[in-house]
Amino acid sequence: MAKTHVTMKVNGVEVEGLVEPRTLLVHFIRENLSLTGTHIGCETTHCGACTVDIDGMSVKSCTMFAVQAQGSEIMTIEGVANADGSLSALQEGFRMTHGLQCGFCTPGMILRAQRLLKENPRPSEEEIRMGISGNFCRCTGYQNIVKAIQYAAAKINGDEFKEAAE
Amino acid sequence: MIPGPFSYHRPATLAEAVNLLSTLGDEARPLAGGHSLVPMMKLRLASPEHLVDLHGVAGLKGIQRRGDKIVIGAMTTQHELLASDDIGKSLPILHETALLIADPQVRYRGTIGGNVANGDPGNDMPALMMVLSASYRLEGKSGAREVAANEFYQGAYFTALEPGELLTSISIPLPAAGHGYAYEKLKRKVGDYATAAAAVVLTMAGGKVATCKIGLTNLSETPLLAEDAAKAVIGTSLDPATLKQAAAAAEAIMSPAADARGPVEYRKHIGGIMVTRALQRAAGRAG
Ligand SMILES: Cc1cc2nc3c(=O)[nH]c(=O)nc-3n(C[C@H](O)[C@H](O)[C@H](O)COP(=O)(O)OP(=O)(O)OC[C@H]3O[C@@H](n4cnc5c(N)ncnc54)[C@H](O)[C@@H]3O)c2cc1C
Ligand code: FES
Ligand code: FES
Repeated sequence: MAKTHVTMKVNGVEVEGLVEPRTLLVHFIRENLSLTGTHIGCETTHCGACTVDIDGMSVKSCTMFAVQAQGSEIMTIEGVANADGSLSALQEGFRMTHGLQCGFCTPGMILRAQRLLKENPRPSEEEIRMGISGNFCRCTGYQNIVKAIQYAAAKINGDEFKEAAE
Repeated sequence: MIPGPFSYHRPATLAEAVNLLSTLGDEARPLAGGHSLVPMMKLRLASPEHLVDLHGVAGLKGIQRRGDKIVIGAMTTQHELLASDDIGKSLPILHETALLIADPQVRYRGTIGGNVANGDPGNDMPALMMVLSASYRLEGKSGAREVAANEFYQGAYFTALEPGELLTSISIPLPAAGHGYAYEKLKRKVGDYATAAAAVVLTMAGGKVATCKIGLTNLSETPLLAEDAAKAVIGTSLDPATLKQAAAAAEAIMSPAADARGPVEYRKHIGGIMVTRALQRAAGRAG
């Protein structure tokens, strides 16, 4: 099958590559760009481990073809840290509240949570849980992931982070 | 899981898209949000030789008011429906239903046109479109036609769409002011298709049901309008005996498949409960 030339901006950098039309975006990101922070969990659009941010949307990159991302702006976990290399509010939140165990779901969780907080800077616990309902975690039971997102929201908004009593 | 090989086309106009689809024939499929089609292609349940991506086609997106109708472009995503104040105010049942579809990521990509054109009995929008008396605009090489949602579904994955035709927009008459509505869906978890679901739109006058429509999702090969069930509640105040009668009338037309969501009898039973709950919740909301 003839290959197609694609260009897109990933984490602020213009990238290009030759892909078959059937190449899934997640494979392009992991294999052509060697950005392996984006994970493949289920490959069936359920788990959210492959979530990246594309033109302001959280997208499961296993369910889109790389050719469809022509001209897009994409952010993956490798682009999340602050420009000076320090951790973003969400990364810090996951670290401080023990929001990960094995870490497999974490890149997808952080990309999804980042978009959620842009759209809804002060989400309720319920809104956080619904907002990450397309991302599965097999380890944490979600409790500390929710806390990590609350921590980040508080930090971004300049509010005090109070851990809810359990 | 990698789909079979195909050629990718990205037309910029509707005329170009329609032309491609009719020239390429049976081996070509339109690609909308891809959140039904791509999973099927990965499982090799679909292996089209050509995909005609509709994302570049101008004019297929957007929500517009035209007189007493709301017209929604086929490529409008579930996320965009949820973000629309106009939909929230004038078609709140569409907002409620969109929120029960899949998860946030799927809703950013999945389109209303793809949802209603797909023909999967598990899709939630089709039964709702029947309840709202919506019609679909289908455009092909020989021109455009309007088909009522009510007449569109013929079997699982089998619709009134002719090869080479695209569904370009959905036209929904505004429901009466003060109408009550509810979409009740039982699913095993977020992101699951319905074990059973029911859509209700009704109006009340003097404490009695004046008009009512009931739609059923995933309880047959096609979405269903439960007409006898709706008739049974007209003129009543939805007393327990009437609700029982309506649920029984709805169950009588259900023929769900037995699958991981449960055996036939269970799914019908749940279908009756969804009808009852949707009627009660809709009546509580009617002004
Ligand atoms: C994890 C997961 C959970 C889901 N849960 C639900 C759920 O609970 N309820 C629900 O309703 N859906 C659910 N979906 C399906 C989702 O809503 C799909 O997005 C939707 O069914 C199809 O829309 P699409 O835009 O993605 O269409 P596509 O996948 O691109 O297309 C679907 C089919 O319709 C055809 N088509 C698309 N657009 C047109 C058009 N304009 N004219 C003619 N033909 C067209 C395509 O050729 C294809 O055959 C789920 C999907 C996933 C991945
Ligand atoms: S790998 Fe994409 S959703 Fe699981
Ligand atoms: S930390 Fe292991 S899957 Fe979430």
